[in-house]
Amino acid sequence: MNRLQTELPGLSMKNPVMPASGCFGFGQEFAKLYDLNKLGAICVKAVTLDERAGNPTPRVAETPGGMLNAIGLQNPGLSHVLENELPWLEKYDIPVVVNIAGYEPTDYTEVAREISRAKNVSAIELNISCPNVKEGGIAFGTHAATAADLTEKVKAVSNVPVYVKLSPNVTDIVPIAKAVESAGADGLSMINTLLGMRIDLKTGKPVLANKTGGLSGAAIKPVAIRMIYEVSQQVDIPIIGMGGIFEVDDILEFMMAGASAVAVGTANFIDPFACPNLIEGLEKRMDELGIDKLSSITGRSSLLCRQTL
Amino acid sequence: MKDEYLKIKEQKQLAPNIFQVKLQGKSIREMTAPGQFVHVKIQPGIDPSLRRPLSIADVEAEKEELTLIYRTEGRGTKLLAGKVPGEEIKVFGPLGKGFPTDAVKSGDTCLLVGGGVGIPPLYYLGRQLAEKGAEIITILGFRKAEDIFLEEEFQQLGKVIITTEDGSKGVKGYVTDAINQLASSYDTYYTCGPNPMLRAVEETAKGPGFVSMEERMGCGIGACLACVCQLKDPGSTSGRKYRKICSDGPVFPAGEVLI
Ligand SMILES: Cc1cc2nc3c(=O)[nH]c(=O)nc-3n(C[C@H](O)[C@H](O)[C@H](O)COP(=O)(O)OP(=O)(O)OC[C@H]3O[C@@H](n4cnc5c(N)ncnc54)[C@H](O)[C@@H]3O)c2cc1C
Ligand SMILES: Cc1cc2nc3c(=O)[nH]c(=O)nc-3n(C[C@H](O)[C@H](O)[C@H](O)COP(=O)(O)O)c2cc1C
Ligand code: FES
Repeated sequence: MNRLQTELPGLSMKNPVMPASGCFGFGQEFAKLYDLNKLGAICVKAVTLDERAGNPTPRVAETPGGMLNAIGLQNPGLSHVLENELPWLEKYDIPVVVNIAGYEPTDYTEVAREISRAKNVSAIELNISCPNVKEGGIAFGTHAATAADLTEKVKAVSNVPVYVKLSPNVTDIVPIAKAVESAGADGLSMINTLLGMRIDLKTGKPVLANKTGGLSGAAIKPVAIRMIYEVSQQVDIPIIGMGGIFEVDDILEFMMAGASAVAVGTANFIDPFACPNLIEGLEKRMDELGIDKLSSITGRSSLLCRQTL
Repeated sequence: MKDEYLKIKEQKQLAPNIFQVKLQGKSIREMTAPGQFVHVKIQPGIDPSLRRPLSIADVEAEKEELTLIYRTEGRGTKLLAGKVPGEEIKVFGPLGKGFPTDAVKSGDTCLLVGGGVGIPPLYYLGRQLAEKGAEIITILGFRKAEDIFLEEEFQQLGKVIITTEDGSKGVKGYVTDAINQLASSYDTYYTCGPNPMLRAVEETAKGPGFVSMEERMGCGIGACLACVCQLKDPGSTSGRKYRKICSDGPVFPAGEVLI
C-alpha cells in the first residue's frame, strides 16, 4: 500500500505534493535538478490566449518571512504552450495541471477548450485570483456571481476537471467557494497571494515597479490554514492547499485543516530541492505521529472540534 | 548545479563595507566559468527569506576554494559579514552563463571595466584570460580612494587604471573617462557594474564586448520570471523577446539587451 497515495478528480497522485503555479515554470529548469517523476503532480505557470510580456522590473521584493511578486502573468501564450511546453512534459508520468488566466471570459474558455484537449493535461486550475494584472485575474475572483459564471463557462468547454484558484483578498471567502462549487467546480485551489506593498526608504517609492504585489511564503501560512479550514467545512469538493509550505509539518497542518493535496511555491526558490525533500520526509513524520495513511487526516481538525462540542 | 553547505575558511574586510569570504567544498570544482554566480542561503530558516545572488570572484579548483566579494548593503549581506571561519553556509551554483572567453587568442588585448561590486567577477575572468596569454588592461571605478579594493590583484594580471569620482586617486571621473583616454586599442571588452555605468561603457567602448547585469531574483534558475530584461531589438529574433538575467545571463553580448 502506498501510504501517500492521493486521489482527486482527474489527479491520481502517488503523493500529495505538487509545485505551485508560477514558481516552477513549465518544469524544465527544475528537471535539471531532479527527476520530476518524484512529484505527485506538476502545476505549470499561468497560460493566457496570447503571449504576455508581464510587468516591468523590479518584480520581486523580500518581506519578513516571505516575498512580494508582481510578475504579471508573463507567459508565451496558448499555442506556444501547446506546441512546446506540454509535449516536453509528456516524458513524465505525472498528472499535469495547467493554470489558465485571461482578460475576458472568452479568453478563459478558448484556453480551457484547447488546453483540456492536450494529450497530457489532467486538470485545469482556473486562475481568478492573480493580484498583479489590471484586467482579468482577480476581478473574476472577488465576486461570487462573477466567479460562478466564469466557472460554469469553463466547465462547459473543458474536457478535464476544473479546480478554481481562490483569492484570499476578500472579506469572506466562503460564499465564493460555495458559488463556484454550485457552478460545477471539481475542486478548489487556495490560496493565491495576498495583496501587499513595500516602500524603498532611499527613494520614497514602492520597491516594485508595479507598486503592489502578491505576498507569498511562510508569512501567509496562518491565513491559508484559516481559509482552508473555513471553506472545507462548507463545500464537498476537494481542496489543493498552498501558502507558505516549507516543512513536512506544514503539509500535515494543511491537510488536517481540510486540504486533500498541497502545492509548494516560494519554498522552491529558497530550497531548489524543496519538493523532493518534503516528499521524502513525509513517511518518517507520519510514523512519529502515528498516521497510517495520509489521506485519512484530511479535515481531521474540524472533525475533532465537532466531536468535542 | 549543486546546493551544498560550504565551510567558511576566511572572512576579511577589504575596504569600507567590502568583505571577502573564502569558502570550501566539493561543488566548487564545477565553478569553472567566470561571470557565473551562486545563490547564497545566508542562514537556515526564513530570515532572510530569500537567497542572495553573488558573483564568483575567484576559484581555486585544487583547493576546492571559492572566493566571494560583497558589499554590506542590507540585512542579508550584513549577516553574511558576521559569519566566521568554521561556520557553514548553503551555496547553490554555479548559476547562469558567464563571460565567453573561447574567442580570445594569445596576444589579444582584453579590456576589463568594473565599478564597485561589479569588480569581483572580473578578477576570475582576468585570471583565465591571462592564462590564455591575453594582455589585460583593467579599469576600476570607485567613488573615492579609500573604497579601492583588488587593485594589487589586478596589477598582477596587467595594467590597471583607477578612476575615482572625487579625484582622490587615479583618473578623476568615471570609468568612461579612462576608456576615452586609453592610448592602446583592445580586441574585446568585458564589463560589470551598476546599470548607468554599463550603459555608458556600452556607448563608449569599441569592438565586441560583454556586459554582466543585475536584477532582483526569486529562483535564480529561470523558472519564476522575476529577473527578465528586454531585447534591444525585439525584431531581430523570431524567438523570445526577453532574456532571463539569471539563466540566459547574467552576461550578455554588448548591445543585445536593454540596460
Ligand atoms: C548575478 C548577480 C551577481 C551579483 N554579484 C555581487 C557580488 O559579487 N558582490 C556584491 O556585493 N553584490 C553582488 N550582487 C548584488 C547583491 O546580490 C545584492 O547586493 C544583495 O542581494 C543585497 O542583499 P542585502 O541583504 O544586502 O540587501 P537587502 O536590501 O536586504 O536585500 C533585499 C532583497 O533585494 C535583493 N537585492 C538588493 N539589491 C540587489 C541587487 N543589487 N541585485 C540583486 N538583488 C538585490 C536581495 O537579494 C534581497 O532579495 C549581485 C547581483 C546579481 C543579480
Ligand atoms: C513568483 C510567483 C509567481 C506566481 N505565479 C502564479 C501564476 O501564474 N498563477 C497562479 O495561479 N498563481 C501564481 N502564484 C501564486 C502561487 O501559485 C501560490 O498560490 C502562492 O505563492 C502561495 O504559495 P507559497 O506561499 O507556497 O508560494 C505565483 C507566486 C509567485 C511567488
Ligand atoms: S530569478 Fe527566477 S527566472 Fe530569474
